[in-house]
Amino acid sequence: MTYRFDFDIVMASIDLLLLGCLQTLKLTMISGALALVIAVIVSYLRQRGSRPVKLAARTYVEIIRNTPFLVQIFIIYFGLPALGIRFDPETAAVVGLAINGGAYTSEIIRGGIDSVPKGQFEAGLALALTPLQVFRYVIIVPALRAVYPAIGSQFILLLLTSSIVSSISVNELTQAAQHIESQSFRSFEVYFIVTLLYLAITLIVSGVFRSVFKLCFRYPT
Amino acid sequence: MIREFTFNEVLFILTGVQATLMLSLLAFVCGMVGGLAIALSRASSNQPLRYVTSAYIELFRGTPLLMQLFLVYFTLALMGFELNAWNAAAVCFTLHASAFLGEIWRGSIEAVPRGQFEAARSLSLGYFARMFRVILPQAFRISLPATIGFLVQLIKGTSLASIIGFQELARTGTIISNGTYRPLLAFGVVAAAYFAICWPLSLWSSYLERRMSRGR
Repeated sequence: MTYRFDFDIVMASIDLLLLGCLQTLKLTMISGALALVIAVIVSYLRQRGSRPVKLAARTYVEIIRNTPFLVQIFIIYFGLPALGIRFDPETAAVVGLAINGGAYTSEIIRGGIDSVPKGQFEAGLALALTPLQVFRYVIIVPALRAVYPAIGSQFILLLLTSSIVSSISVNELTQAAQHIESQSFRSFEVYFIVTLLYLAITLIVSGVFRSVFKLCFRYPT
Repeated sequence: MIREFTFNEVLFILTGVQATLMLSLLAFVCGMVGGLAIALSRASSNQPLRYVTSAYIELFRGTPLLMQLFLVYFTLALMGFELNAWNAAAVCFTLHASAFLGEIWRGSIEAVPRGQFEAARSLSLGYFARMFRVILPQAFRISLPATIGFLVQLIKGTSLASIIGFQELARTGTIISNGTYRPLLAFGVVAAAYFAICWPLSLWSSYLERRMSRGR
Protein backbone atom coordinates (compact mmCIF):
# COMPACT_ATOMS: atom_id res chain seq x y z
CA MET A 1 0.00 0.00 0.00
CA THR A 2 1.55 3.23 -1.14
CA TYR A 3 -1.19 5.56 -0.02
CA ARG A 4 0.02 8.31 2.36
CA PHE A 5 -2.56 9.51 4.82
CA ASP A 6 -2.85 13.24 5.13
CA PHE A 7 -5.10 14.44 7.88
CA ASP A 8 -3.62 17.96 7.88
CA ILE A 9 -5.81 19.12 5.01
CA VAL A 10 -8.89 18.02 6.92
CA MET A 11 -7.64 19.55 10.15
CA ALA A 12 -7.10 22.85 8.32
CA SER A 13 -10.85 23.10 7.81
CA ILE A 14 -11.85 21.78 11.22
CA ASP A 15 -13.78 25.00 11.92
CA LEU A 16 -16.04 24.20 8.96
CA LEU A 17 -16.67 20.75 10.41
CA LEU A 18 -17.38 22.08 13.91
CA LEU A 19 -19.83 24.55 12.40
CA GLY A 20 -21.40 21.56 10.63
CA CYS A 21 -21.75 19.81 14.01
CA LEU A 22 -23.62 22.81 15.39
CA GLN A 23 -25.88 22.95 12.34
CA THR A 24 -26.61 19.24 12.63
CA LEU A 25 -27.48 19.68 16.32
CA LYS A 26 -29.68 22.68 15.59
CA LEU A 27 -31.49 20.86 12.80
CA THR A 28 -32.06 17.84 15.03
CA MET A 29 -33.27 19.88 18.00
CA ILE A 30 -35.81 21.90 15.99
CA SER A 31 -37.18 18.90 14.14
CA GLY A 32 -37.01 16.74 17.29
CA ALA A 33 -39.17 19.24 19.21
CA LEU A 34 -41.66 19.40 16.33
CA ALA A 35 -41.63 15.60 16.10
CA LEU A 36 -42.53 15.37 19.80
CA VAL A 37 -45.48 17.72 19.29
CA ILE A 38 -46.68 15.73 16.27
CA ALA A 39 -46.23 12.50 18.21
CA VAL A 40 -48.27 13.64 21.21
CA ILE A 41 -51.10 14.86 18.95
CA VAL A 42 -51.07 11.70 16.83
CA SER A 43 -51.00 9.36 19.81
CA TYR A 44 -53.88 11.31 21.38
CA LEU A 45 -55.87 11.01 18.13
CA ARG A 46 -55.09 7.32 17.87
CA GLN A 47 -56.47 6.77 21.34
CA ARG A 48 -59.40 9.18 21.46
CA GLY A 49 -60.26 10.16 17.89
CA SER A 50 -63.28 9.06 15.88
CA ARG A 51 -62.91 6.01 13.66
CA PRO A 52 -61.79 7.82 10.45
CA VAL A 53 -59.39 9.98 12.45
CA LYS A 54 -57.88 6.88 14.05
CA LEU A 55 -57.51 5.29 10.65
CA ALA A 56 -55.85 8.42 9.23
CA ALA A 57 -53.41 8.62 12.15
CA ARG A 58 -52.55 4.93 11.80
CA THR A 59 -52.06 5.29 8.02
CA TYR A 60 -49.65 8.17 8.59
CA VAL A 61 -47.59 6.15 11.06
CA GLU A 62 -47.52 3.01 8.90
CA ILE A 63 -46.59 4.85 5.70
CA ILE A 64 -43.74 6.75 7.34
CA ARG A 65 -42.41 3.70 9.18
CA ASN A 66 -42.38 1.51 6.09
CA THR A 67 -40.72 3.80 3.53
CA PRO A 68 -37.10 5.06 3.54
CA PHE A 69 -36.39 8.58 4.75
CA LEU A 70 -34.44 9.29 1.56
CA VAL A 71 -37.59 8.76 -0.53
CA GLN A 72 -39.68 10.82 1.91
CA ILE A 73 -37.32 13.78 1.67
CA PHE A 74 -37.25 13.46 -2.14
CA ILE A 75 -41.05 13.57 -2.24
CA ILE A 76 -41.12 16.63 0.01
CA TYR A 77 -38.35 18.50 -1.77
CA PHE A 78 -38.73 17.41 -5.41
CA GLY A 79 -42.30 16.10 -5.51
CA LEU A 80 -44.41 18.61 -3.63
CA PRO A 81 -43.50 21.62 -5.84
CA ALA A 82 -45.65 19.88 -8.50
CA LEU A 83 -48.59 20.55 -6.17
CA GLY A 84 -47.47 24.13 -5.64
CA ILE A 85 -45.87 23.51 -2.23
CA ARG A 86 -42.31 24.76 -2.37
CA PHE A 87 -39.73 24.62 0.42
CA ASP A 88 -36.15 25.81 0.58
CA PRO A 89 -33.78 22.93 1.48
CA GLU A 90 -33.54 23.82 5.20
CA THR A 91 -37.31 23.96 5.66
CA ALA A 92 -37.80 20.77 3.66
CA ALA A 93 -35.24 19.05 5.91
CA VAL A 94 -36.96 20.21 9.11
CA VAL A 95 -40.41 19.25 7.77
CA GLY A 96 -39.15 15.85 6.59
CA LEU A 97 -37.32 15.03 9.82
CA ALA A 98 -40.26 16.19 11.97
CA ILE A 99 -42.78 14.12 10.01
CA ASN A 100 -40.47 11.11 10.08
CA GLY A 101 -39.56 11.41 13.76
CA GLY A 102 -43.19 12.12 14.67
CA ALA A 103 -44.33 8.75 13.36
CA TYR A 104 -41.71 6.77 15.28
CA THR A 105 -42.10 8.80 18.45
CA SER A 106 -45.89 8.43 18.40
CA GLU A 107 -45.44 4.65 18.53
CA ILE A 108 -43.19 5.09 21.56
CA ILE A 109 -45.66 7.41 23.30
CA ARG A 110 -48.53 5.04 22.52
CA GLY A 111 -46.56 2.29 24.26
CA GLY A 112 -46.10 4.65 27.22
CA ILE A 113 -49.81 5.46 27.36
CA ASP A 114 -50.59 1.76 27.29
CA SER A 115 -48.24 1.36 30.25
CA VAL A 116 -50.42 3.65 32.42
CA PRO A 117 -53.10 1.51 34.09
CA LYS A 118 -56.59 1.95 32.66
CA GLY A 119 -57.94 2.52 36.18
CA GLN A 120 -56.13 5.88 36.36
CA PHE A 121 -57.98 7.01 33.28
CA GLU A 122 -61.31 5.94 34.75
CA ALA A 123 -60.46 7.56 38.08
CA GLY A 124 -59.79 10.81 36.26
CA LEU A 125 -63.12 10.63 34.46
CA ALA A 126 -64.86 9.82 37.75
CA LEU A 127 -63.44 13.09 39.14
CA ALA A 128 -65.35 14.85 36.34
CA LEU A 129 -62.24 15.77 34.35
CA THR A 130 -62.73 15.98 30.60
CA PRO A 131 -60.81 13.38 28.52
CA LEU A 132 -58.37 16.11 27.47
CA GLN A 133 -57.77 17.06 31.11
CA VAL A 134 -57.24 13.42 32.08
CA PHE A 135 -54.72 13.15 29.26
CA ARG A 136 -52.97 16.37 30.30
CA TYR A 137 -52.92 15.96 34.10
CA VAL A 138 -53.09 12.21 34.73
CA ILE A 139 -51.71 10.25 31.81
CA ILE A 140 -48.96 12.20 30.11
CA VAL A 141 -46.37 12.60 32.90
CA PRO A 142 -46.10 8.96 34.00
CA ALA A 143 -46.30 7.98 30.34
CA LEU A 144 -43.39 10.33 29.55
CA ARG A 145 -41.37 8.90 32.41
CA ALA A 146 -41.92 5.42 31.04
CA VAL A 147 -40.93 6.40 27.50
CA TYR A 148 -38.11 8.86 28.25
CA PRO A 149 -35.23 6.44 27.53
CA ALA A 150 -36.82 5.36 24.24
CA ILE A 151 -37.37 8.99 23.25
CA GLY A 152 -33.71 9.67 23.99
CA SER A 153 -32.59 6.95 21.59
CA GLN A 154 -35.15 8.15 19.07
CA PHE A 155 -33.57 11.61 19.25
CA ILE A 156 -30.17 10.10 18.52
CA LEU A 157 -31.63 8.14 15.61
CA LEU A 158 -33.04 11.41 14.29
CA LEU A 159 -29.59 12.97 14.60
CA LEU A 160 -28.08 10.12 12.59
CA THR A 161 -30.90 10.31 10.04
CA SER A 162 -30.27 14.03 9.59
CA SER A 163 -27.07 13.19 7.69
CA ILE A 164 -29.31 12.09 4.81
CA VAL A 165 -30.60 15.63 4.21
CA SER A 166 -27.18 16.41 2.75
CA SER A 167 -28.59 14.82 -0.41
CA ILE A 168 -30.86 17.87 -0.87
CA SER A 169 -27.87 20.13 -0.12
CA VAL A 170 -28.75 21.30 3.39
CA ASN A 171 -25.89 22.81 5.35
CA GLU A 172 -24.94 20.30 8.03
CA LEU A 173 -22.06 18.04 9.02
CA THR A 174 -22.27 15.57 6.13
CA GLN A 175 -22.63 18.42 3.66
CA ALA A 176 -19.55 20.10 5.15
CA ALA A 177 -17.67 16.81 4.75
CA GLN A 178 -18.65 16.55 1.10
CA HIS A 179 -17.59 20.13 0.55
CA ILE A 180 -14.14 19.52 2.02
CA GLU A 181 -13.81 16.24 0.12
CA SER A 182 -14.58 17.91 -3.19
CA GLN A 183 -11.82 20.43 -2.57
CA SER A 184 -9.12 18.20 -1.11
CA PHE A 185 -9.89 14.76 -2.67
CA ARG A 186 -8.92 13.29 0.71
CA SER A 187 -12.11 11.21 0.87
CA PHE A 188 -11.01 8.63 3.42
CA GLU A 189 -9.52 11.15 5.84
CA VAL A 190 -12.55 13.47 5.67
CA TYR A 191 -15.11 10.74 6.28
CA PHE A 192 -12.97 9.15 8.98
CA ILE A 193 -12.83 12.41 10.95
CA VAL A 194 -16.51 13.14 10.38
CA THR A 195 -17.53 9.65 11.49
CA LEU A 196 -15.58 10.22 14.70
CA LEU A 197 -17.33 13.60 15.13
CA TYR A 198 -20.74 11.94 14.77
CA LEU A 199 -19.70 9.29 17.28
CA ALA A 200 -18.60 11.99 19.73
CA ILE A 201 -21.88 13.90 19.31
CA THR A 202 -24.03 10.82 19.91
CA LEU A 203 -21.98 9.82 22.97
CA ILE A 204 -22.31 13.34 24.43
CA VAL A 205 -26.01 13.62 23.63
CA SER A 206 -26.82 10.24 25.15
CA GLY A 207 -24.80 11.24 28.23
CA VAL A 208 -26.86 14.43 28.54
CA PHE A 209 -30.09 12.45 28.19
CA ARG A 210 -28.99 10.07 30.95
CA SER A 211 -28.17 12.87 33.39
CA VAL A 212 -31.45 14.67 32.67
CA PHE A 213 -33.29 11.43 33.40
CA LYS A 214 -31.49 11.10 36.71
CA LEU A 215 -32.39 14.71 37.60
CA CYS A 216 -35.99 14.94 36.42
CA PHE A 217 -37.60 11.55 36.58
CA ARG A 218 -36.41 10.24 39.92
CA TYR A 219 -38.96 8.39 42.03
CA PRO A 220 -40.86 9.62 43.93
CA THR A 221 -41.76 12.82 42.16
CA MET B 1 -36.56 14.88 -24.86
CA ILE B 2 -38.96 14.39 -22.00
CA ARG B 3 -40.12 10.81 -21.70
CA GLU B 4 -43.61 9.80 -20.65
CA PHE B 5 -44.27 7.72 -17.56
CA THR B 6 -45.19 4.44 -19.24
CA PHE B 7 -45.16 0.72 -18.59
CA ASN B 8 -41.44 0.74 -19.39
CA GLU B 9 -40.83 2.99 -16.39
CA VAL B 10 -42.74 0.54 -14.21
CA LEU B 11 -40.57 -2.30 -15.50
CA PHE B 12 -37.47 -0.23 -14.76
CA ILE B 13 -38.68 0.31 -11.20
CA LEU B 14 -39.15 -3.45 -10.90
CA THR B 15 -35.46 -3.98 -11.73
CA GLY B 16 -34.79 -1.59 -8.86
CA VAL B 17 -37.01 -3.67 -6.58
CA GLN B 18 -34.98 -6.72 -7.54
CA ALA B 19 -31.66 -5.00 -6.77
CA THR B 20 -32.96 -3.72 -3.43
CA LEU B 21 -34.19 -7.18 -2.45
CA MET B 22 -30.92 -8.84 -3.47
CA LEU B 23 -28.78 -6.38 -1.54
CA SER B 24 -31.02 -6.62 1.54
CA LEU B 25 -31.11 -10.39 1.45
CA LEU B 26 -27.35 -10.74 0.99
CA ALA B 27 -26.64 -8.30 3.80
CA PHE B 28 -29.20 -9.97 6.06
CA VAL B 29 -27.90 -13.51 5.53
CA CYS B 30 -24.22 -12.55 5.86
CA GLY B 31 -25.13 -10.26 8.75
CA MET B 32 -26.80 -13.18 10.53
CA VAL B 33 -23.50 -15.09 10.50
CA GLY B 34 -21.56 -12.06 11.76
CA GLY B 35 -24.30 -11.15 14.21
CA LEU B 36 -24.28 -14.62 15.74
CA ALA B 37 -20.51 -14.43 16.26
CA ILE B 38 -20.88 -11.00 17.86
CA ALA B 39 -23.80 -12.01 20.07
CA LEU B 40 -21.90 -15.06 21.32
CA SER B 41 -18.79 -12.96 22.00
CA ARG B 42 -20.86 -10.36 23.85
CA ALA B 43 -22.44 -13.07 25.99
CA SER B 44 -19.15 -14.90 26.63
CA SER B 45 -16.99 -14.61 29.72
CA ASN B 46 -13.93 -13.49 27.78
CA GLN B 47 -13.47 -9.86 28.78
CA PRO B 48 -11.28 -8.50 25.91
CA LEU B 49 -13.60 -10.14 23.38
CA ARG B 50 -16.58 -8.49 25.06
CA TYR B 51 -14.94 -5.06 24.95
CA VAL B 52 -13.94 -5.34 21.30
CA THR B 53 -17.38 -6.45 20.14
CA SER B 54 -19.07 -3.86 22.34
CA ALA B 55 -16.95 -1.13 20.72
CA TYR B 56 -17.84 -2.52 17.29
CA ILE B 57 -21.55 -2.31 18.10
CA GLU B 58 -21.23 1.23 19.52
CA LEU B 59 -19.37 2.34 16.42
CA PHE B 60 -22.14 1.18 14.10
CA ARG B 61 -25.01 2.33 16.31
CA GLY B 62 -23.47 5.73 17.00
CA THR B 63 -22.66 6.84 13.46
CA PRO B 64 -24.91 7.54 10.47
CA LEU B 65 -25.34 4.72 7.97
CA LEU B 66 -24.40 7.18 5.23
CA MET B 67 -20.97 7.78 6.86
CA GLN B 68 -20.47 4.02 7.20
CA LEU B 69 -21.16 3.64 3.49
CA PHE B 70 -18.73 6.39 2.49
CA LEU B 71 -16.07 5.09 4.83
CA VAL B 72 -16.35 1.47 3.63
CA TYR B 73 -16.40 2.64 0.01
CA PHE B 74 -13.19 4.63 0.36
CA THR B 75 -11.48 2.10 2.64
CA LEU B 76 -12.04 -0.62 0.05
CA ALA B 77 -10.55 1.71 -2.54
CA LEU B 78 -7.48 2.29 -0.35
CA MET B 79 -7.03 -1.43 0.17
CA GLY B 80 -6.87 -1.83 -3.60
CA PHE B 81 -10.16 -3.66 -4.17
CA GLU B 82 -12.07 -3.03 -7.34
CA LEU B 83 -14.17 0.00 -6.61
CA ASN B 84 -17.78 -0.56 -7.50
CA ALA B 85 -20.93 0.41 -5.70
CA TRP B 86 -22.25 -3.14 -5.34
CA ASN B 87 -19.12 -4.42 -3.52
CA ALA B 88 -19.02 -1.43 -1.20
CA ALA B 89 -22.73 -1.63 -0.43
CA ALA B 90 -22.64 -5.39 0.16
CA VAL B 91 -19.67 -5.14 2.55
CA CYS B 92 -21.06 -2.10 4.36
CA PHE B 93 -24.56 -3.45 4.91
CA THR B 94 -23.16 -6.80 6.03
CA LEU B 95 -21.01 -5.09 8.69
CA HIS B 96 -23.95 -2.86 9.65
CA ALA B 97 -26.36 -5.80 9.96
CA SER B 98 -23.81 -7.82 11.98
CA ALA B 99 -23.60 -5.05 14.57
CA PHE B 100 -27.35 -4.57 14.95
CA LEU B 101 -28.26 -8.27 14.86
CA GLY B 102 -25.44 -8.94 17.33
CA GLU B 103 -26.93 -6.44 19.75
CA ILE B 104 -30.50 -7.74 19.31
CA TRP B 105 -29.41 -11.35 19.82
CA ARG B 106 -27.22 -10.52 22.80
CA GLY B 107 -30.34 -9.09 24.42
CA SER B 108 -32.37 -12.19 23.71
CA ILE B 109 -29.60 -14.54 24.89
CA GLU B 110 -29.63 -12.62 28.18
CA ALA B 111 -33.42 -12.83 28.27
CA VAL B 112 -33.24 -16.64 28.43
CA PRO B 113 -33.72 -17.52 32.12
CA ARG B 114 -30.49 -18.04 34.05
CA GLY B 115 -31.66 -21.48 35.19
CA GLN B 116 -31.50 -22.75 31.63
CA PHE B 117 -27.73 -22.07 31.54
CA GLU B 118 -27.26 -23.72 34.90
CA ALA B 119 -29.42 -26.71 33.98
CA ALA B 120 -27.46 -27.23 30.75
CA ARG B 121 -24.20 -26.92 32.69
CA SER B 122 -25.29 -29.40 35.32
CA LEU B 123 -26.06 -31.90 32.55
CA SER B 124 -22.36 -31.44 31.70
CA LEU B 125 -23.11 -30.14 28.23
CA GLY B 126 -20.13 -28.46 26.58
CA TYR B 127 -20.19 -24.86 25.34
CA PHE B 128 -21.46 -25.64 21.85
CA ALA B 129 -24.10 -28.12 22.95
CA ARG B 130 -25.21 -25.68 25.66
CA MET B 131 -25.51 -22.78 23.26
CA PHE B 132 -26.79 -24.41 20.11
CA ARG B 133 -29.12 -27.00 21.63
CA VAL B 134 -30.45 -25.22 24.72
CA ILE B 135 -29.98 -21.45 24.75
CA LEU B 136 -30.06 -20.29 21.13
CA PRO B 137 -33.32 -22.02 20.13
CA GLN B 138 -35.07 -20.22 22.99
CA ALA B 139 -33.26 -16.93 22.32
CA PHE B 140 -34.22 -17.18 18.65
CA ARG B 141 -37.92 -17.24 19.51
CA ILE B 142 -37.55 -14.22 21.80
CA SER B 143 -35.56 -12.28 19.20
CA LEU B 144 -37.84 -12.95 16.22
CA PRO B 145 -40.01 -9.77 16.34
CA ALA B 146 -36.98 -7.49 16.76
CA THR B 147 -35.03 -9.37 14.08
CA ILE B 148 -37.80 -8.89 11.53
CA GLY B 149 -38.13 -5.26 12.64
CA PHE B 150 -34.45 -4.85 11.86
CA LEU B 151 -34.90 -6.47 8.44
CA VAL B 152 -37.40 -3.68 7.66
CA GLN B 153 -34.83 -1.10 8.81
CA LEU B 154 -32.21 -2.76 6.62
CA ILE B 155 -34.41 -2.74 3.50
CA LYS B 156 -35.13 0.95 4.03
CA GLY B 157 -31.44 1.56 4.74
CA THR B 158 -30.36 0.09 1.41
CA SER B 159 -31.93 3.16 -0.22
CA LEU B 160 -28.79 5.03 0.86
CA ALA B 161 -26.72 2.85 -1.47
CA SER B 162 -28.20 5.00 -4.24
CA ILE B 163 -26.08 7.89 -2.96
CA ILE B 164 -22.85 6.00 -3.72
CA GLY B 165 -24.30 5.10 -7.11
CA PHE B 166 -25.72 1.61 -6.68
CA GLN B 167 -28.75 1.30 -8.92
CA GLU B 168 -31.53 0.09 -6.64
CA LEU B 169 -35.11 1.16 -6.03
CA ALA B 170 -34.52 4.72 -4.82
CA ARG B 171 -32.01 5.30 -7.61
CA THR B 172 -34.43 4.15 -10.31
CA GLY B 173 -36.87 6.69 -8.87
CA THR B 174 -34.32 9.49 -9.26
CA ILE B 175 -33.47 8.42 -12.80
CA ILE B 176 -37.13 8.27 -13.86
CA SER B 177 -37.85 11.56 -12.11
CA ASN B 178 -35.02 13.19 -14.06
CA GLY B 179 -36.19 11.66 -17.34
CA THR B 180 -39.91 12.32 -17.10
CA TYR B 181 -39.98 15.50 -14.99
CA ARG B 182 -42.70 13.87 -12.89
CA PRO B 183 -40.94 13.63 -9.49
CA LEU B 184 -44.12 13.26 -7.45
CA LEU B 185 -45.30 10.30 -9.53
CA ALA B 186 -41.86 8.67 -9.75
CA PHE B 187 -41.05 8.91 -6.05
CA GLY B 188 -44.67 8.09 -5.17
CA VAL B 189 -44.43 4.80 -7.05
CA VAL B 190 -41.03 4.09 -5.46
CA ALA B 191 -42.42 4.81 -2.00
CA ALA B 192 -45.37 2.51 -2.73
CA ALA B 193 -42.96 -0.23 -3.79
CA TYR B 194 -40.97 0.11 -0.52
CA PHE B 195 -44.23 0.10 1.40
CA ALA B 196 -45.37 -3.07 -0.37
CA ILE B 197 -42.11 -4.80 0.64
CA CYS B 198 -41.87 -3.52 4.20
CA TRP B 199 -45.44 -3.37 5.46
CA PRO B 200 -46.14 -7.14 5.44
CA LEU B 201 -42.90 -7.68 7.35
CA SER B 202 -43.86 -5.00 9.91
CA LEU B 203 -47.29 -6.57 10.36
CA TRP B 204 -45.69 -9.99 10.85
CA SER B 205 -43.28 -8.57 13.40
CA SER B 206 -45.99 -6.87 15.46
CA TYR B 207 -48.18 -9.99 15.23
CA LEU B 208 -45.33 -12.08 16.68
CA GLU B 209 -44.77 -9.49 19.38
CA ARG B 210 -48.44 -9.50 20.41
CA ARG B 211 -48.58 -13.28 20.41
CA MET B 212 -45.48 -13.50 22.57
CA SER B 213 -46.66 -10.95 25.14
CA ARG B 214 -49.91 -12.88 25.42
CA GLY B 215 -48.04 -16.14 26.05
CA ARG B 216 -46.40 -14.75 29.16
